[in-house]
Amino acid sequence: MYKVIEKTVLSENVAKLIIENKTIAKNRKPGQFVIIKMGEIGERIPLTIADSDTEKGTITIIVQKVGTSSHKLFNLNAGDHISDLVGPLGQPTEIEKVGTIIAAGGGVGVAPLYPIAKAFKEAGNKLITILAARTKDLIILENEMKEFADEFMIMTDDGSYGKKGLITAGIEEIINREKVDMVICLGPAIMMKFIALLTRKHNIHTIASLNTIMVDGTGMCGACRVTVGGKTKFVCVDGPEFNAHEVDFDEMLKRLNAYKKEEETSYSKYLKDLK
Amino acid sequence: MSVDYEALKKDRAQEWRENLRKGMSAKERTQIERVKMPENEPLKRNKNFNEVNKGLSEKQAILEAKRCLDCPTPTCISGCPVNIDIPGFIKQIEKGDFLESAKILKDTNALPAVCGRVCPQENQCELQCIYNKMKKPSVAIGHLERFASDYERNTGEISIPKVAKSNNIKIAVIGSGPSGLTFAGEMCKLGYEVTIFEALHEFGGVLVYGIPEFRLPKKVVRAEINTLEKMGVKFVKNFIVGRSAGLDELKDQGFQGFFVGSGAGLPRFMNVPGENLVNIYSSNEYLTRVNLMKAYKFPEYDTPIIKAKRVAVIGGGNTAMDSVRTAKRLGAERAMIIYRRSEQEMPARIEEVHHAKEEGIKFLILTNPVEYIGDSEDKVKQIKVQKMELGEPDDSGRRRPQPIAGSEYLIDIDIVVVGIGTSPNPLIPQTIKGIDVTRWGTLVVNEETMQTSIPYIFAGGDIVRGGATVILAMGDGKKAAESAHKYFINK
Repeated sequence: MYKVIEKTVLSENVAKLIIENKTIAKNRKPGQFVIIKMGEIGERIPLTIADSDTEKGTITIIVQKVGTSSHKLFNLNAGDHISDLVGPLGQPTEIEKVGTIIAAGGGVGVAPLYPIAKAFKEAGNKLITILAARTKDLIILENEMKEFADEFMIMTDDGSYGKKGLITAGIEEIINREKVDMVICLGPAIMMKFIALLTRKHNIHTIASLNTIMVDGTGMCGACRVTVGGKTKFVCVDGPEFNAHEVDFDEMLKRLNAYKKEEETSYSKYLKDLK
Repeated sequence: MSVDYEALKKDRAQEWRENLRKGMSAKERTQIERVKMPENEPLKRNKNFNEVNKGLSEKQAILEAKRCLDCPTPTCISGCPVNIDIPGFIKQIEKGDFLESAKILKDTNALPAVCGRVCPQENQCELQCIYNKMKKPSVAIGHLERFASDYERNTGEISIPKVAKSNNIKIAVIGSGPSGLTFAGEMCKLGYEVTIFEALHEFGGVLVYGIPEFRLPKKVVRAEINTLEKMGVKFVKNFIVGRSAGLDELKDQGFQGFFVGSGAGLPRFMNVPGENLVNIYSSNEYLTRVNLMKAYKFPEYDTPIIKAKRVAVIGGGNTAMDSVRTAKRLGAERAMIIYRRSEQEMPARIEEVHHAKEEGIKFLILTNPVEYIGDSEDKVKQIKVQKMELGEPDDSGRRRPQPIAGSEYLIDIDIVVVGIGTSPNPLIPQTIKGIDVTRWGTLVVNEETMQTSIPYIFAGGDIVRGGATVILAMGDGKKAAESAHKYFINK
């Protein structure tokens, strides 16, 4: 059992949880994720680690309620326990000095982007951070991300905060202005798809961190498979980060919807039981 | 591993055993017909996940035990990868002392109730039984093993094997599948302080994520794990050696020896077009969802599984049989096996193929998928298959299947499960520095000792074999324990 030490509600649907787990806190690196399962009937879901505190032995995750499992997690409070938590999983981000980097995060994808962006900055890169969301309330970790960025930009679809427009518009503005050596993006698959299309045009190396459906998360089931460069790869052990220009995002998007009907059944049952 | 024939001889010479032998002539014994395992009705059982085999009654077990001739040199034992004292436990059944029988089983086998259910006895102990020479069906050793261990579990009077005084040597076991559990049990008996690290949230490895409830109820596995716990084996779940902590960290915590039983890893696919379409599963995923995550109880349980009318399972092994029989139980009207060789070459146990057929599974043999075709949402809707014929034998000694040109046709389908095997789990070979790995990704071991290229690390099961059976994995665990013990004595 793993104790929730702290909970902060960041927006109507998004919460930050600090959870006790000394082992993961000590050994996790940027880019890695954990699998969480809540109780006997729970499913195993992957969540990327946003931060950790080695001294306190805690890790931070950010969850957006979109279905049964994420809603259960969102509803936890300080003092509650999570029955199963395993990690760190996946290959850590390869952090190196490449020059100028754009770190592009959409929605809750900003959470796992945080440690990655920070590590690239610490490695001596010029860091331009762009956060994007549908609307102002969905922008998370603004102050944290701003703190170490050389340049910082916010984009909202509805223009309620920062600049109005999609994240690709913000990226293009910078590419047109100066030489960018690398883009790292994290967020909804559809957002990463369009970022990849844009940067391929400009021939800029781009890394995307994928969040696919997983069951065990340890390289056994193959639920997370994606086509990268024409070959089948497993996000849990080969990833989660891949060369975005080689990822078949259309296939990934369809595979993400594999259980849409079942997810709706489960969620409406959960919400009904909650009442 | 060596069989201690002297000890066996002494046991056989005990008065009660001599009296049993005298009580009935060999001729009378051989005239008894082999028992038939009572089973649930095929067309009822294919709609639920209850165990198919019901187990022998006491009367049936005693009668079957009488068939065993208590041979002076029992050949059956040499057919058993863990060298169970087979006549010893069977004669206790004949005598009516079922608890003592279970105790004998546990002396040599950490998981008798599991083995009694899933071992391919027909290719092992039962194949070596003297009855084969008489052209008669062998003694039903597997059924009897299951009977004695079930009897013990059901009475609740579970005996705990004797454990030597602690020698304070800490041993870490990576993976709680059959090889790891067996190794742990043996080392624990010898006085080692054993901790098992498991990546998943439940212990048992393939016994809980792979083998379905209808063939191996999870409560049976849990009971055998409880026994190991009572012996003093420590169990740590949600812990991935190589990720949660490296080997060096465990060494710092005082672990001196290691056993890698990390099992099967990545599922293999055929690399044919369309294989990543939606609703194409690997057997590992399909079975893990249903067995470990209990998706058959969705939405009571949160993990979903797609239920559909037409399901094709690719492959001819036990995993493929488990998958297709699972599909049937999830409500498939047409559940079929597609296998590229003929039925004779199928690696699955005869019993599994037989059970599958009884339950209404269709077999498309000498047929191979060449392409999957999807609908507008990229959900698989058809398989293009090709007919095959058998050519010359290949490396495995089985006749090589060859495609028949122009024989392609389409099959309408809702779900495909690919059960053609797995590659070894890549995590350990990747994260233990300097350990020798074969080009297939399995660990290199000395076959006599199961020792890896790093002397204090032993390994067994699928991480060494690539893909095998529960009992072979257990045999590895046992062999590794013997040689690990020698290693620490001589150190």
